Amino acid sequence: MTERLLLSGDEAVALGALHAGVRLGTGYPGTPSTEILEEFDRLGGRAQWSPNEKVALEVGIGSAFGGARTLVTMKHVGLNVAADALFTATYTDVEGGLVIVSADDPGMASSQNEQDNRHFARAAGAPMLEPSCSQEAYDFTRLAFDLSERWKIPVILRLTTRICHAKTVITPQPPVQGLREPSFRRDIPARVMIPAFAKPAHHRLRAKLAAIAEWNEAQGPLRIDEPERAADSPAKAGSPQGRQGRAPLGIVASGVAAVHAREAAPDARQLTIGLTWPLPLERIRAFADGVDRLLVIEEGDPLLVESLRGAGIGAEGKPEMYRFGELNVARVRRIIAGDRTPEPAPPVGKPPELCPGCSHRGVFEVLRDLDCIVAGDIGCYTLGVLPPFSAMDTCVCMGASIGVGLGLRHILPEEQARRVVSVIGDSTFVHSGLTGLAEMVYNPPPTGHVVLIVDNGTTAMTGQQEHPGTGRALDRSPTEQIRFEVVAEAMGVQNIHIVDAPRSGQTGAQQLEQLLRTLLAKSETSLVIAREPCVLAAPKIRLYEKAAAELRQPSSCAADIAD
Amino acid sequence: MAFVKNIVIAGLGGQGIVKASDILADAALRAGFDVKKSELHGMSQRGGSVTSDVRYGERVLSPMVPPGEADVLLVLEETQVAINRPLLAADGVLIGPDIIAPGALRNRKSLNVAMLGALSAVLELPETAWVQAIHANLAEKLHALNEQSFALGRDAAVKGAVGQ
Repeated sequence: MTERLLLSGDEAVALGALHAGVRLGTGYPGTPSTEILEEFDRLGGRAQWSPNEKVALEVGIGSAFGGARTLVTMKHVGLNVAADALFTATYTDVEGGLVIVSADDPGMASSQNEQDNRHFARAAGAPMLEPSCSQEAYDFTRLAFDLSERWKIPVILRLTTRICHAKTVITPQPPVQGLREPSFRRDIPARVMIPAFAKPAHHRLRAKLAAIAEWNEAQGPLRIDEPERAADSPAKAGSPQGRQGRAPLGIVASGVAAVHAREAAPDARQLTIGLTWPLPLERIRAFADGVDRLLVIEEGDPLLVESLRGAGIGAEGKPEMYRFGELNVARVRRIIAGDRTPEPAPPVGKPPELCPGCSHRGVFEVLRDLDCIVAGDIGCYTLGVLPPFSAMDTCVCMGASIGVGLGLRHILPEEQARRVVSVIGDSTFVHSGLTGLAEMVYNPPPTGHVVLIVDNGTTAMTGQQEHPGTGRALDRSPTEQIRFEVVAEAMGVQNIHIVDAPRSGQTGAQQLEQLLRTLLAKSETSLVIAREPCVLAAPKIRLYEKAAAELRQPSSCAADIAD
Repeated sequence: MAFVKNIVIAGLGGQGIVKASDILADAALRAGFDVKKSELHGMSQRGGSVTSDVRYGERVLSPMVPPGEADVLLVLEETQVAINRPLLAADGVLIGPDIIAPGALRNRKSLNVAMLGALSAVLELPETAWVQAIHANLAEKLHALNEQSFALGRDAAVKGAVGQ
């Protein structure tokens, strides 16, 4: 019997990458993408967390230039960070396949926005594949590498939360064989994007996209489901008349919206597009000719419907109210019915909160009691905005706490400026806080500034991943550790303090409170590192540290001899 | 559409909701069905409400159970019963945490598997599939304890005539 596996979309991408011969996976943790690299490592692949998504993509570009198939993973907002690399990488010729996973979060289960990264395919000129289940996540990962190598172009695999984290059944295929070994081949005009080379490179990119569009028309991953009733009818099933007859309703969809739509409208004829950029417009046009009403079912922005209309295909989109949040079967039924009445409110559950015993609790009690103006950042500690703390005033993007805090300091009247503190987590600090710290030293506000790193020794929110400040690599093996206090000193921060994060409501709080009062009164630049391991990660961190110590000192005998 | 069984498992972060739905989905896979399961990870798991949808049958399309179409709603925490009840179909079965008598479990952490035992009384999945799924999804040292909890939950549901 063929092997049937129940895998999440993330796990399926990891397996697909392994079977596609990927030699290196890079990324930065971010819900819902995090499990891809963790699973790739567990399966025996080589995977690395980078400080941020831009670096991850740059490492990936180098690896692909060197001839290796390379996977780069991130959440949707991570692609904003990596966009600088992406928009020129598409001009280059990659040697090994380069596939970038963008894991979008419509409905914002665990994100600060619900941006639709299908825009990136159009804007950067990157082909985009969108699976609708784990089987397609596996198949499209493998296909993405083939397309990337055939046309020497980076390919985006766009997932969404319900693809990443839903488990569905897949049947894997045998791994690819006979990939060539990485080796450097010089090709300066294809990889050095100075204007003289970039101008022809842009033309090459458009030619590649045109060729891929042609391939998509001829043999791209596209599925047509006939109306169930017609298919079930013995007279029509499989007969040419049954297949070619007009359908009253035709649906065009992609990604998870396609399976919602198929369930909501089994009597419609449905076109599900796998390679959603560049679009197979002629196949869509032919499909449109066979239906009375053509409806586009898409999550997020009205991108697909606008592309069809731009090509002169008369398509109906969804009412604006369905731009917001995830789609599901019930909402698709409403879209088909043109229902614009208010939707029933979803059940309101217990909101998330900082864990009992969390090291951030004591810190936010102090910030609240000092009535600080807190420029916050992205991580578990963003929950400091909720009662009983209500101790966060801004949160925009990774690393923004420092820049936003400095901006407030520059412009507010002095008595308010002196209350501003930037609060940032350890992983976030490495991701995007270092340049903020440089800004603080370079353009210090008249009242100085205070940056507080809440260092819990892990990337907690996404499930306790390692980062350059922990001293451990993705696979938990020991590596060099970046020490924030040393970096801050080298950059020229005037006051640097390391304290234990206070236990909630206990004496350590007075110490932190006194320190912050002192620093806020000075007109100098200050960094406070409040340390206490994440309560969930602490037992595991102790195990990793023990294993690392044993690695350094293989046996007591060896130590005796050394002595 | 062909037959699809819809189950929603609800509770709070830390109760093992996702683990329970992993075991259920695995049992359905082992019974030969098409299966899909879905839940939200990340911020929602920091002690907040958690629900996980499991669907199995001949062919499953959407990975999410449409509101009001759950055949079974399995709730591990009393405070989560009322808010999730709208997910249940009119003729659906609600199994709440009160089905497990207080103090009956040797280890309260295995409540999720005990609740699966209760669920097994209303689903037609073979017992071997359940046992294999429990073994595949939990560390070996936990097998005996969880099999006991599963049996306890199943007995409680059979005696309490859940779903009758």
